[in-house]
Amino acid sequence: MSSLIEKSLTEIHAMLMAKEVTATEAVKACLEQITKSEPETKALLHICNEEALKQAEEMDATGPDASKPLWGIPVVVKDALATKGVPTTAGSKILEGFTPFYDSTAVAKLKEAGAIIVGKANMDEFAMGSTTENSAYQTTTNPWDPSRVPGGSSGGSGATIAAGQCYAALGTDTGGSIRLPASFCGCVGVKPTYGRVSRYGLIAYGSSLDQIGPMTRTVEDAARVLNVIGGHDQRDSTSADKPMEDFVAALEERKDLSGLTIGLPEEYWGEGLSEEVSEACRAAIAKAEELGAKTVPVKLSMTEYAIATYYIIAMAEASSNLSRFDGVRYGHRTKDPKELAELYTKSRTEAFGDEVQRRIIIGTYVLSAGYYDAYYRKAAQIRRLLREDFNKAFESCDLIAGPVCPTTAFPVGDLTSDPLQMYLQDIFTISLNLVGMPGMSLPVALGKKTNMPVGLQFMAPAFDEKTMLQAANVLEKNLPELPKVKL
Amino acid sequence: MSDEKLNLEEVARVARLARLDLSEEKTELFAGQLNNILSYMDKLNEIDTSEVEPLFSPVEHTTRLRKDEVRKEHTRDEVLSNAPDTDGKYFVVPRIV
Repeated sequence: MSSLIEKSLTEIHAMLMAKEVTATEAVKACLEQITKSEPETKALLHICNEEALKQAEEMDATGPDASKPLWGIPVVVKDALATKGVPTTAGSKILEGFTPFYDSTAVAKLKEAGAIIVGKANMDEFAMGSTTENSAYQTTTNPWDPSRVPGGSSGGSGATIAAGQCYAALGTDTGGSIRLPASFCGCVGVKPTYGRVSRYGLIAYGSSLDQIGPMTRTVEDAARVLNVIGGHDQRDSTSADKPMEDFVAALEERKDLSGLTIGLPEEYWGEGLSEEVSEACRAAIAKAEELGAKTVPVKLSMTEYAIATYYIIAMAEASSNLSRFDGVRYGHRTKDPKELAELYTKSRTEAFGDEVQRRIIIGTYVLSAGYYDAYYRKAAQIRRLLREDFNKAFESCDLIAGPVCPTTAFPVGDLTSDPLQMYLQDIFTISLNLVGMPGMSLPVALGKKTNMPVGLQFMAPAFDEKTMLQAANVLEKNLPELPKVKL
Repeated sequence: MSDEKLNLEEVARVARLARLDLSEEKTELFAGQLNNILSYMDKLNEIDTSEVEPLFSPVEHTTRLRKDEVRKEHTRDEVLSNAPDTDGKYFVVPRIV
């Protein structure tokens, strides 16, 4: 790995501003690393070689612009985000060859801030999965150990950061899809509050759950990206009309964790947690206490119902969202359909993968006449109880902390034949999407048994990303750095 | 399995509603998996929710309204650019009538 791509986004930004490095050099370093690492990592579905270099050269010709917080910085975007003129497939064959003529708001904001898009990241098809093995195109491997999964569904975004291919990536988190790959790949991953980042131009999976967020090397880098992509957008009616804080400036305000109370839910720290994850997370909490944080036990008693609740809601919303893929206006169309119904049915059957079909069928079932009350309405009621659980827990603490996943990254192929077992991996991340609150994964150590990264999860009340990022930033600066991935 | 929620015919029926056409093999595979998943979801019946108002979205803000103005943001060519079949003006599908 060239030393340039080992820098954080914050470091490379400072170098770009000081003209110690040009945008072209930064882009070239990333493209070289992509060429070197992609044959094994398979993190990207599309590489923007020429466009990125051309853009960098044009930017260098006019020189650094201090008003653009991501000026000249190569980034990667998850393939679920519409990117003008660049193929966008959401990891699905049904969108093979689709090239949007508009930018999603998050991508438009990255571009306005001066970022250079170098690639589109692989993902589980329509973000359905926890390992990136459900991509219709390729299986991304974990740069720490290619025999293991990178996590999902933003596994391409996690792997591209770990492999040093860019300085920041965007992911999306519907049930943990930013936090889980961040944990497995040893990077920082932030799921903002629902409504904080506009979902306009995001290929929807579960509309009331999906949220776009940054995946980066450091907490400060994540704060920089969140500053750029957050804020109200009139194109998304669920986007929050709230003023954005300067999250980077906020990091300066806190040097230790005194006065901060961290709630530890017993449901997250007990049975089912692997020894190495438990040990690494507990050591990080002990460090937080050393730095002045007070810890208190809290109860999230609805946790055991979160997975069933989540999958009913997510699949119901997915079945509805994916009805737009009918082979008429875009995407795959079956050959020589004789009539319209056949066009719809064959196009969808040919191009949707198994996991997508499974979820569409369950979603259709739970929304169908006679079952709606028993499943969808019931799940929505439990969703409210879950939120009451979190609100109550936050009465006694500022943040909640726990592991991201019961284990470190597992071997490729381990869980692919048993969908239910795969769903159970999301136990610690899913609740937060249901309640719409922000969460993040901070790499805290390597597991003693597998030598793979372990992420600690911080959760905060709605719209309090500031406290969460501040605490993670302090802890990050006081924990030993993870070794660099050798690629 | 006596507590089976979905037999093979029902899986095929729901799939048809969703405009999916499953092979026999896949119908069988899915039936087993879907029953497993739906049985797991029955867990929710352990909780009495008769008095609970459903929460369908975490959003509680009132949507800010924008002016109801006609805007032409995209050209016809752009909108048609990804279509599998067009005549240059419209999307083309098999004849309906």
